Amino acid sequence: MPNKAHVRTKINGEEIEFLCEPRQSLLECLRDIAGLTGTKEGCNDGNCGSCTVVFDGRIVPSCLVLGVEAQGREITTIEGIAEGNLLHPIQQAFLESAALQCGVCTPGFIVAAKALLDQEPDPSEERVRLWLANNLCRCTGYDKIIRAVMDAAAKRREEVPA
Amino acid sequence: MKWFDYQAPQSVGEAAALLAEHGERARILAGGTDLLVQMRAGRREPSLIVDVKNIPELTGIHWDTGQGLTLGAAVPCYQIAADSRVREAYPSLVEVASLIGGTQIQGRASIGGNLCNSAPSADAVPLLIALSASCKITGPNGERIVAVEDFCTGPGQNVLGRGELLVSLHFPAPRPSQGARYLRFIPRNEMDIAVVGAGVSVVLNDGHFESARVALSAVAPTPVFVREAGDALAGQPVNDESIARAAALAKQAARPISDMRGTIEYRRHLCEVLTRRALQEAVARARK
Repeated sequence: MPNKAHVRTKINGEEIEFLCEPRQSLLECLRDIAGLTGTKEGCNDGNCGSCTVVFDGRIVPSCLVLGVEAQGREITTIEGIAEGNLLHPIQQAFLESAALQCGVCTPGFIVAAKALLDQEPDPSEERVRLWLANNLCRCTGYDKIIRAVMDAAAKRREEVPA
Repeated sequence: MKWFDYQAPQSVGEAAALLAEHGERARILAGGTDLLVQMRAGRREPSLIVDVKNIPELTGIHWDTGQGLTLGAAVPCYQIAADSRVREAYPSLVEVASLIGGTQIQGRASIGGNLCNSAPSADAVPLLIALSASCKITGPNGERIVAVEDFCTGPGQNVLGRGELLVSLHFPAPRPSQGARYLRFIPRNEMDIAVVGAGVSVVLNDGHFESARVALSAVAPTPVFVREAGDALAGQPVNDESIARAAALAKQAARPISDMRGTIEYRRHLCEVLTRRALQEAVARARK
């Protein structure tokens, strides 16, 4: 059996080190080694977006990244979205719009939506829908999710005028 | 997934040496959006993964007004779509980089990987052929250049031999009055595998086609370069008749199968429709 790999990385602003098998995905490393179970496993083949994390500034499906690839990179998970005890405006909007039911897809949607609003504060509804096409939800029918993202974007623009 | 070793070489030479030593037991990892899915499904069981994303030649985008574009084989789609030089010179390439998978997949998937995965339905490949792109391949016997239309040899198969890797794709600088377009048919709005795809490029001169290239996907065991369709346009006036003749030739060149995505007849019909529309849109772009 090959040796485990030693990985040094930054997750949610914190330097961490772990040992993993090369075959373990970043998703498995986050959940089973780092104990960050907010990131969810859905399809495990890149279709559903439940395991979305920010990897060096870009959203990726963490099921299609190997844990060993995290060496020297920076990762943000759903646990890194709220500011202390204060929910992020997107998280707040999801609660207020009831944009979740079972909740498995929610962390992926929030991480992906935040990445969009960070780079485009005023996206059209079409843009939001297309950006989130890689995130599947089998409960809500999407409308409430899209509305929550649009509401959060509007609220953020009020708070931080361009 | 079964146990495997992981190596992330820093140079093309180091990668080629690892690939030569391990042969069929090694696989190259770029974005992993095809490879890791295939490994989980048990379709591939490599004992060594060679991650090529630390190799500068595979991760860079180089643009030269005279020489054209050199695109590292592992550059992820989102980086291609965000590059202002690529957006300016090859808008059709930006479109393709923006329609493979969804946002998260585009954060990982590369155009080089799309080509090396060698699926008959690969979205990028017809456009690469239409744009006259060529592959820079390095291996134990040095470097060689292969035209993209000669790269794929069957479903999931290509010309890469033991120890060889795709380093970069080269695109000639666009000509004045050149336009290109890739269109695919899918029953959804996004995130789907093409039923048929058509990539075209045209160069116009004084109301005539100076040259044109047409290629198709998902209608044969490999992407198809329909040389005769482009040849039929060369020297012809730009009008509905000449475009219709080229589209008919594309339909004739298709050798599709029937499967869950479409029947032979339906796919052949789509070849004609998509080639015609792609040519019309490429002409409109060339006139701008």
